[in-house]
Amino acid sequence: MTSLQTDGRVADGRLLTVEDLRTTFATERGPVCAVDGVSLTLDRGQALGIVGESGSGKTVLSRSIMGLLPSTARREGSIRFGDQDLLGPNAPDMSRLWGREMSMVFQNPMVSLNPVMRIGEQIAEPLRIHLGMSRRDAKATAIRLLRDVRIPEPDRRVDQYPHELSGGMRQRVMIAIALACGPTLLFADEPTTALDVTVQAQILELIAEQRAERNMSVVLVTHDLGVVAGHTDVIAVMYGGRLVEIAPTKVLFSQMRMPYTEALLQSIPRLDQKSHTRLNAIPGRPPDLHDPPRGCAFAPRCAFARDRCREEAPPLATAENPDHKFACWYPVGSPEYHETKERISAGLEIGSTS
Amino acid sequence: MSDAPHLRPDIDAVLRVRDLVVEFPMKRGRRVHAVSGISFDVARGETLGIVGESGCGKSTTGRAIMQMPRPTSGSIEFESTELTALGKRELREARTRVQMIFQDPISSLNPRRRVRDSVLDPLDIWNRGTVEERASRVDKTLEEVGIDPQRAHDSRPHEFSGGQCQRIAIARALVLDPTLIICDEPVSALDVSVQAQVLNLLEDLKAAHGLTMIFIAHDLAVVKNISDRVAVMYLGRLCEIADPDRLYDRPAHPYTRVLLDSVPVPDPSLGRATTAITGEPPSPISPPTGCRFHPRCPAADERCRVEVPEMTEIEPGHHVACHHPLVTPVTISS
Repeated sequence: MTSLQTDGRVADGRLLTVEDLRTTFATERGPVCAVDGVSLTLDRGQALGIVGESGSGKTVLSRSIMGLLPSTARREGSIRFGDQDLLGPNAPDMSRLWGREMSMVFQNPMVSLNPVMRIGEQIAEPLRIHLGMSRRDAKATAIRLLRDVRIPEPDRRVDQYPHELSGGMRQRVMIAIALACGPTLLFADEPTTALDVTVQAQILELIAEQRAERNMSVVLVTHDLGVVAGHTDVIAVMYGGRLVEIAPTKVLFSQMRMPYTEALLQSIPRLDQKSHTRLNAIPGRPPDLHDPPRGCAFAPRCAFARDRCREEAPPLATAENPDHKFACWYPVGSPEYHETKERISAGLEIGSTS
Repeated sequence: MSDAPHLRPDIDAVLRVRDLVVEFPMKRGRRVHAVSGISFDVARGETLGIVGESGCGKSTTGRAIMQMPRPTSGSIEFESTELTALGKRELREARTRVQMIFQDPISSLNPRRRVRDSVLDPLDIWNRGTVEERASRVDKTLEEVGIDPQRAHDSRPHEFSGGQCQRIAIARALVLDPTLIICDEPVSALDVSVQAQVLNLLEDLKAAHGLTMIFIAHDLAVVKNISDRVAVMYLGRLCEIADPDRLYDRPAHPYTRVLLDSVPVPDPSLGRATTAITGEPPSPISPPTGCRFHPRCPAADERCRVEVPEMTEIEPGHHVACHHPLVTPVTISS
């Protein structure tokens, strides 16, 4: 149940409902369906992780919701934000939602910040445009925001240019800009990919802290299962433009059903593995969206795929836990899965004795 | 040798680096202290992993071994040849036995040439064997890294994926049959599912060719997986060096501990690690005195501010440069 504040903003409950979203790009080589029939929901204060490799559609999905797409893109389906229908005939002007309702922290602060503008002005810009603040108030707020994102000496930093700041500091500035107008929904698209591991930990902690303080919803888009494991309530796994598994974070890691999710987790080297542990690499590479495979997009790389997988795309089915959905004909734990698994391990044994 | 007890004078070393210093001049007489006196050796058939954050000097170290650019001071002995003393011609010759693999596979291949020609080039330049021998060697090497030679003959880099381009770059490094391969972040630009393929391939090639490797990366889990020995760098200095299982189980340098604690673990049941450290590394233009980690170290005291810690052995094969190591040295009786 959604409850609204006096200003019409969602105070509690359902914030975002995406239904059967399809985003198609017109390209020279024909139409490309980058997001193919994705449905998901997000509550106020919740953190959703969207995990996928390059070309999985994770970035296009978040940009489709925010309405940040080039003119070659077409969106179908439905996106409801609070009580507003973002794709319907009475869709609001997105620029009225940007900043105040939803905002985005981009991956690369080096290219996302204006190099010839003081960082204070860049933070003040949305405050002046979206909230109509005076120049003086906006600057004071910018200094407060810099303090919020833990930038030392905010009074001095506010007048500096991006090149005078380190990579981690610039990403903090990006977060300050995104937080400036107090959005209810923050998208963070690979916010720590360009950063060192110690700084990454600080930035993720900062986003988590701001989320709690502001009861803000967060969509964390990343390729790193480690990043989402510690910082989200729900994880959506994408592959070839489709949602292939979605579940509460703990459920996903303990009861994953989609072989892709499992293979992805097993292919990453882990700190708790002994050195020289043979990695379970996934053969092949992600599908070409210009020419997507028939059936399940993961089938050509999946050890558990059968004829049906190559013919017919599996729908998103519900697992024992009603919040857990997966798209697979022969999921982890099914009799067919076990049969294949036994065959593989028997084959390996024969291989090792010969 | 007492100042560098982590060096192993008795081993069959492919590479011995002593007191390597690399500085880059700046305006007004200032200098970037990229690498400030590090020493290490790499045994034949060993993979040395070098980890650290951006700006710690790990890539500069790799490039200094190749003499690009030549180091400011120090000694680099490769198979008993002092590389720093070589003239241009001898150095070119020596470089055929040391090859490098870079982070961005697509931009490290010439976009306008067919990839098979890029792999063939080193053999042509050094006039190795007959034309037929070269051709078959190229095809064999491409097959070994999992690239169809026919396709490589017809196609240019943009027709391959990032993972495939990295395989091609590996083939090009391998084709001259080098002794040492220096990999600088070879998998960090690749998708996670492809990263494992390339790591497994490097392990296989190392075994098949008896290669010695230096593997430079920021990802601690990747480095642990592939290395026989791991060196941790911070701001141009070596903090700690040990075999990976020991180093990751019992880090002795507070910086190594911080690095390990910062790695996000793909397991929500372990809960969220709290931020282990604040701030960022200081500038290598004016590095801190004493231990370079002291301004951010929770254990730092007056001694750390003044005195540069020397490498000491705290357990067999585990060396740390710290006045207050987290692991108490094993006292050897008698």
